Amino acid sequence: MARISIEVDGVGYSDDVEPRTLLVHYLREQVGKTGTVVGCDTSNCGACTVHLDGASVKSCTVLAVQADGHEVTTIEGLATGGELHPMQQAFHENHALQCGYCTPGMIMQSIDLLHDNPDPTEQEVRDGLEGNLCRCTGYQNIVKAVLAAAAATPTHSDAAAGTGRSGGTA
Amino acid sequence: MIPAAFDYTAPESVADAITALGSDSEEIKVLAGGQSLIPVLRLRLAAPTLLVDIGRIEELSGITEEADTIVIGAMTTHADVAESDLVREHAGLLAKAAQTVADPQVRHRGTLGGALVHADPAGDLPAPILVLDAELVIAGADGERTVAAADFFEDMFTTAVGENEILTKIRVPKHTGWGAHYEKFTRVAQQWSIIAVAVTVQVDGGVISQAKVGLVNMGSTPTRASAVEQALVGQPATGDAAKHAASAAADGTSPPTDTNGDAAYRRHLATVLTGRAVRAAVGG
Ligand SMILES: Cc1cc2nc3c(=O)[nH]c(=O)nc-3n(C[C@H](O)[C@H](O)[C@H](O)COP(=O)(O)OP(=O)(O)OC[C@H]3O[C@@H](n4cnc5c(N)ncnc54)[C@H](O)[C@@H]3O)c2cc1C
Ligand code: FES
Ligand code: FES
Repeated sequence: MARISIEVDGVGYSDDVEPRTLLVHYLREQVGKTGTVVGCDTSNCGACTVHLDGASVKSCTVLAVQADGHEVTTIEGLATGGELHPMQQAFHENHALQCGYCTPGMIMQSIDLLHDNPDPTEQEVRDGLEGNLCRCTGYQNIVKAVLAAAAATPTHSDAAAGTGRSGGTA
Repeated sequence: MIPAAFDYTAPESVADAITALGSDSEEIKVLAGGQSLIPVLRLRLAAPTLLVDIGRIEELSGITEEADTIVIGAMTTHADVAESDLVREHAGLLAKAAQTVADPQVRHRGTLGGALVHADPAGDLPAPILVLDAELVIAGADGERTVAAADFFEDMFTTAVGENEILTKIRVPKHTGWGAHYEKFTRVAQQWSIIAVAVTVQVDGGVISQAKVGLVNMGSTPTRASAVEQALVGQPATGDAAKHAASAAADGTSPPTDTNGDAAYRRHLATVLTGRAVRAAVGG
């Protein structure tokens, strides 16, 4: 067992884990963040995407011990005071989900995408979501939602502030 | 799946990592970004008894500049390599290739050192490192040694890095002002290269004065297309010259046959994509 201290969605946790524990299993089974899901065994699908110190990662391909001392944001940490994050709102309004299984990862990666590129073209959105697979193949509305979220964000600096990134000055 | 159990240590210096690698645990593996190793552990294709995580060794990350060289720490991520102003300005080919690796999430974790030591024949970074004539700094119990990229890639998944050693730095000679292009051929998004062509050229007054051309997945290690390089030097920087030189791209290669295509198809792709890559590289 190894002792790790991690901040998840703004709350500090200290836990014992086996070194082989994947971050996604730690989040789901020890912290209870079941909003983050596992969709594959090959690191391809991106359903497990979370932010680690503000950058998107596949939490099935990170060991919990590697996240010791770092900050994680999951899909459950996006809404504030019952209000959806603008990206969640855009997915809702654009019908960007069918079964919803890929949605947590899609939203986390879309936020990362707009953080790097607040005003993307459609092609840039598709490229930025390259590591996220939708088994319902509902890509059209997912891309539409990301473009809508970008358009709804008034200025570039606002876009950077509204991403839910936890790195930097926090 | 969940990896088999292992012991774990996260040293904070290269010296401590070397000591850990020399301990008497049965099978010891270095863990860098984990983007190749963790999938392998999850599928239980490997079951090491001890992982030495080099991710907390600060001296292994970052990009600096020395006279004619840029020095990239082995733990620098693909994302940081792709976005680095130093790399873009002085080794544009490497920045462009790093941008094509996997997807954004994998690029946030995967490292240049990890990709080079992993040495997958379809990996995107070994060929640029080879043609840029980089040097690789390897640390072990007896201190540091430097290996030229041409001697580093020994076979598929096999490099000059020994069992108890760590790749610490990649030293890339500056190619300031050279045009560069990385042409990666895939069928679907987020795929490994079926083949890829890495080109960087120096153009003086409309004439190609130096040319470096590397091929990915045209053999068990990255390959240098020397015949193309020779054919390009002294030629005008035009599409015709590119096409003519590219016809020799598959000379002396032994590409694999797999579900993505057979060897003859890859040889054909090599000539077409080399022409395309050279045209793009001379253009900017
Ligand atoms: C979905 C997916 C798609 C991918 N697509 C591509 C692609 O298109 N192109 C591509 O090039 N790559 C691709 N990759 C692989 C990616 O580039 C990895 O980052 C890289 O191969 C390994 O780097 P790492 O830092 O993650 O190393 P790790 O996985 O941690 O280690 C890989 C191997 O190298 C050894 N090692 C690592 N660093 C050192 C060191 N400094 N010294 C000694 N030994 C070391 C480890 O012991 C291990 O054997 C993909 C990966 C995934 C998960
Ligand atoms: S569950 Fe992590 S990439 Fe599929
Ligand atoms: S909505 Fe079903 S997997 Fe994307």
